[in-house]
Amino acid sequence: MRQTVAYNVIQILFVLGFAPLYTGVLSRFKEIVQSKRGPSIFQPYRDLWKLFHKDEVVSSETTWIFRITPYLVFVTPIFVTVLIPVLTDYPLAFAFMGDMLAAGFFLALAGFFAALAAVDTGNPYGPMGASRTRMVGFLAEPVFMIVFFTVSFVAQSTIPYIVQQRWVASAAAFFSPAHVLLLVAFFMLILAEGGRIPVDNPTGHFELAMIDESKGLEFSGRGAALMKWGGQMKFIVLACVFLNVLLAPWGLATGESIGQVLIAIPLILLKILIFAIALVMIETSLSKLRLFRISEFLGAAFIASVAAMIVSIFVAA
Amino acid sequence: MPVGESLNALCAGLILICAFAIVGTRQVQGVRRFFVFQSILLAAACFLLAWDEHIADLWWLGGITLTAKVILIPWVMKRTLAPEFYIRRELSQTINIPSSLLLALLLAVGSELLVAPITSASGNPVIETNVPIGLACLLIGAYSLAARREAIPQLLGILSMENGAFLAGIAIAPTLPLIAELAIAVDVVLIAVIVGLLTKTIEKTMGTTEAAALSELKEETAEWR
Repeated sequence: MRQTVAYNVIQILFVLGFAPLYTGVLSRFKEIVQSKRGPSIFQPYRDLWKLFHKDEVVSSETTWIFRITPYLVFVTPIFVTVLIPVLTDYPLAFAFMGDMLAAGFFLALAGFFAALAAVDTGNPYGPMGASRTRMVGFLAEPVFMIVFFTVSFVAQSTIPYIVQQRWVASAAAFFSPAHVLLLVAFFMLILAEGGRIPVDNPTGHFELAMIDESKGLEFSGRGAALMKWGGQMKFIVLACVFLNVLLAPWGLATGESIGQVLIAIPLILLKILIFAIALVMIETSLSKLRLFRISEFLGAAFIASVAAMIVSIFVAA
Repeated sequence: MPVGESLNALCAGLILICAFAIVGTRQVQGVRRFFVFQSILLAAACFLLAWDEHIADLWWLGGITLTAKVILIPWVMKRTLAPEFYIRRELSQTINIPSSLLLALLLAVGSELLVAPITSASGNPVIETNVPIGLACLLIGAYSLAARREAIPQLLGILSMENGAFLAGIAIAPTLPLIAELAIAVDVVLIAVIVGLLTKTIEKTMGTTEAAALSELKEETAEWR
């Protein structure tokens, strides 16, 4: 028990520590692909350091919602980390506290408060971005739901650790159409939820066009740092769910010893690096969709997930 | 489930996705590309079945599919049609794309529900996979035939209907005489030629191939556009 709690702490430290690095690597790669030099991969750490040492300005017009939002945004990805396999392929202490639905709920909670806080400030761009995120959110929600239904049909469970065991079990299970369609749907979902390029431009600072970015406009100092760090952690957590539970459930620690858990760290980082390269390829080869085309993008994800469900019920039964 | 059947199911699943993509794509070029991809997958499914069940005819059938649908039809379309058919960017549809996709989804679910009781009696997993998905592709192709307003996507709708029928066919009757299959393949290419030439002529006289605009054919409206 004490050991698994310790491993859980290692997982949380992993996510906390490497989330900014992941963002840095991603933006550096993107700049290299666009034949620019780009900032150092450690730039996000410096940004966080700088923001933590700045004074915080909070408008007197705002309410408590604005004040607690950075903390919620920062804490919820950590809760999710406790529920999902980041480094080990056997369930840790809190694995059975909640399933993938709970993880989705935590992330949605942070998103909800971030949207509320954006409205709370009275800044005209905040509510605009918030309403757009909500639009993307409510289009993404059914896809989330159907993905979970399909997973629970196929793996008989929605606990991420058990789902992950299911795909490793045999090549036939891994190449089953339900699994492949699920992967497609979930990947599109990550692009939408993480505010990546076909849906949103993560580096764009043009107020009228931004979706995700505008929610953090009013935060400064520590609040801004927490929002930023929380967003980075959310993205790495989603990548972990996608890679460790669905796409490539290999490289995780199988044994109980501390050595194996530590060896898993570079392996997982390597996996995330490959994922980042794929992501950069997609981001640089696509352009941002018009706002009202997002419904088509997520509609396609919905179709893929429902097709996965049909195939899993009628074919694999 | 053995790997062979699993891969067959994967092909079938991707064929279904291609059928959705044919309904959901805005551009002629994209629709054509998805049709070619669907045909490649169909040939792959055919080869897989031939490998799995040791049916020599299916090797030929896969080869015929590959030559007719992947090579000949795109080539014929390219030869008969002027390049401006491909340049035109956005296709008009009677029903917008998200609702079209949802309708196509309903068709897919409906065909699964319709066929499941029959196919489950066969006990053959290949039939259980291919027949509902084949029927779904057929219905979705028919839908895109109805919803599209342009001649070329309509042609591709007919051809993808044939793809669906083919997918179901190789599962139910893998030992159908080769001459029948050959006849179908030739037929399909001929459809492409005829529709292509017809469209070209219509385009020349009317200046458009939009089916909705052709309803005014009875009047002497060369100046319709």
